[in-house]
Amino acid sequence: MKYTEDHEWIKVDGDIATVGISIHAAGQLGDIVFVELPDVDAEFEKGDDAAVVESVKAASEIYAPVSGTITAINEALEDAPETVNAAPEEGGWFFKMKLLDPSELDSMMDAEAYKTFIAD
Amino acid sequence: MSEEIKRTKLYDFHVKHGAKMVPFAGYEMPVQYPLGVMKEHLHCRAGAGLFDVSHMGQGFIIADDGAFETAAAFLETLVPCDVKSLEPGQQRYTQFLNADGGILDDLMVSRLGLEGHQHWIYVVVNAGCKDDDFAHIEKHLTDGVKLKILEDMSLIALQGPKAADVVSKYLPEAKTMPFMSSLDIELSGMWCHISRSGYTGEDGYEIAVKHTDVVEMCELFLSHDEVELIGLGARDSLRLEAGLCLYGHDIDTTTSPIEAGLIWSIQKHRREEGGFLGAEQVQKHIAERPPRRRIGIQPLGRAPAREGTIIQNMKGQDIGVITSGGFGPSHGGPVAMGYVKRRYSRSDTEIQLIIRGKAKPAKVVKLPFVPNNFYRGEDQ
Repeated sequence: MKYTEDHEWIKVDGDIATVGISIHAAGQLGDIVFVELPDVDAEFEKGDDAAVVESVKAASEIYAPVSGTITAINEALEDAPETVNAAPEEGGWFFKMKLLDPSELDSMMDAEAYKTFIAD
Repeated sequence: MSEEIKRTKLYDFHVKHGAKMVPFAGYEMPVQYPLGVMKEHLHCRAGAGLFDVSHMGQGFIIADDGAFETAAAFLETLVPCDVKSLEPGQQRYTQFLNADGGILDDLMVSRLGLEGHQHWIYVVVNAGCKDDDFAHIEKHLTDGVKLKILEDMSLIALQGPKAADVVSKYLPEAKTMPFMSSLDIELSGMWCHISRSGYTGEDGYEIAVKHTDVVEMCELFLSHDEVELIGLGARDSLRLEAGLCLYGHDIDTTTSPIEAGLIWSIQKHRREEGGFLGAEQVQKHIAERPPRRRIGIQPLGRAPAREGTIIQNMKGQDIGVITSGGFGPSHGGPVAMGYVKRRYSRSDTEIQLIIRGKAKPAKVVKLPFVPNNFYRGEDQ
């Protein structure tokens, strides 16, 4: 699993990347009450707004951590957004993307580096 | 505003209890504690929640001649509520208005009930407005009336259905105090001004207590299992569900109390007689009805509609804007309030909210979202 500086995680299987937010980010956001997911087949460039996650207090954008096309979304979050708090790095995944440029993964942090990043 | 950020006397207490501190109205305040906004909110509606509201401004208006009527007559030139008829120990909600009838701030005004001090008027104003409010009072003061800003008192609130059980363990009188009344009295050896009021829609108290006693009083309340600390995050969702206005958002200098639906806070003879700053515009809005009205808004989906969200009619024309919006934990879904052109303000009117560029269905609803639970006497 790799992490971005925007506190997303990305798990790659072949050319498909699953994307979610880190345990740290879920904790910082607090109680999540709504998740807006992209449409399947939507195309994003790295850094585009891809989804929205809302806590009781505020809305936060989720950026596409890599460029690619959405192949699946976690529809269960629409009725159970609290899953993002309960299991942010498992059942609380947001969407899956077909990678356009796997080299974009190179600059991402591994778990150890991310741990250091959030400690700073 | 390069002023240094201030701390209330409970700062260390908040940190000790794991608060996440954020800047708010010039103070470092607890936005949430380890329980989190959602659980804090739900706890306050089920048990009792303890809030630090010491950032708010407190003051006395006192006449040199020792007559309540003199101080009341002065204050009535600045607020639309009936101050003169306040009985000792009685409290009312009102607003400071500008000459155009816009709201400078909203406040609580009460007449002290303490023997020998019944001519003192006590005001509590919003933190973000307090310097301007006190300057506004000073500017209009008439001869023989003085403003005394309280610099040595903190302010806390204990709110929720169990608040009366907790407070009455130390102060039996608290149990049957009427809503919007106050006492100046000792609570467990600590002198305080306690009023039965709040900002959550629940039964509860606001307690002004000396800086030197406030930590002890908070520890005392917190020693009860039914009491949890509540931060600004839940304070906001609680008041929004209760349909209460937040100054700077739901009311400001561009809104009149009539547009804001606060006519209930202006007693009948004052509506007719005027005699307060901004009366002309208030009377005009009463007579002609205001061009827009504050309404409750129920988004029909799950997406919260935040402040600033454009409200449209079903033809796609802009008719207003959301001034407070979020998720209501007790309501179990999104809640909002805002202003719309008057003809769209009737309950059940279908409207749409423009959220991230997409029109989402919503309807106009009566406030509050969660029924008020104020103490109305033993027979309730």
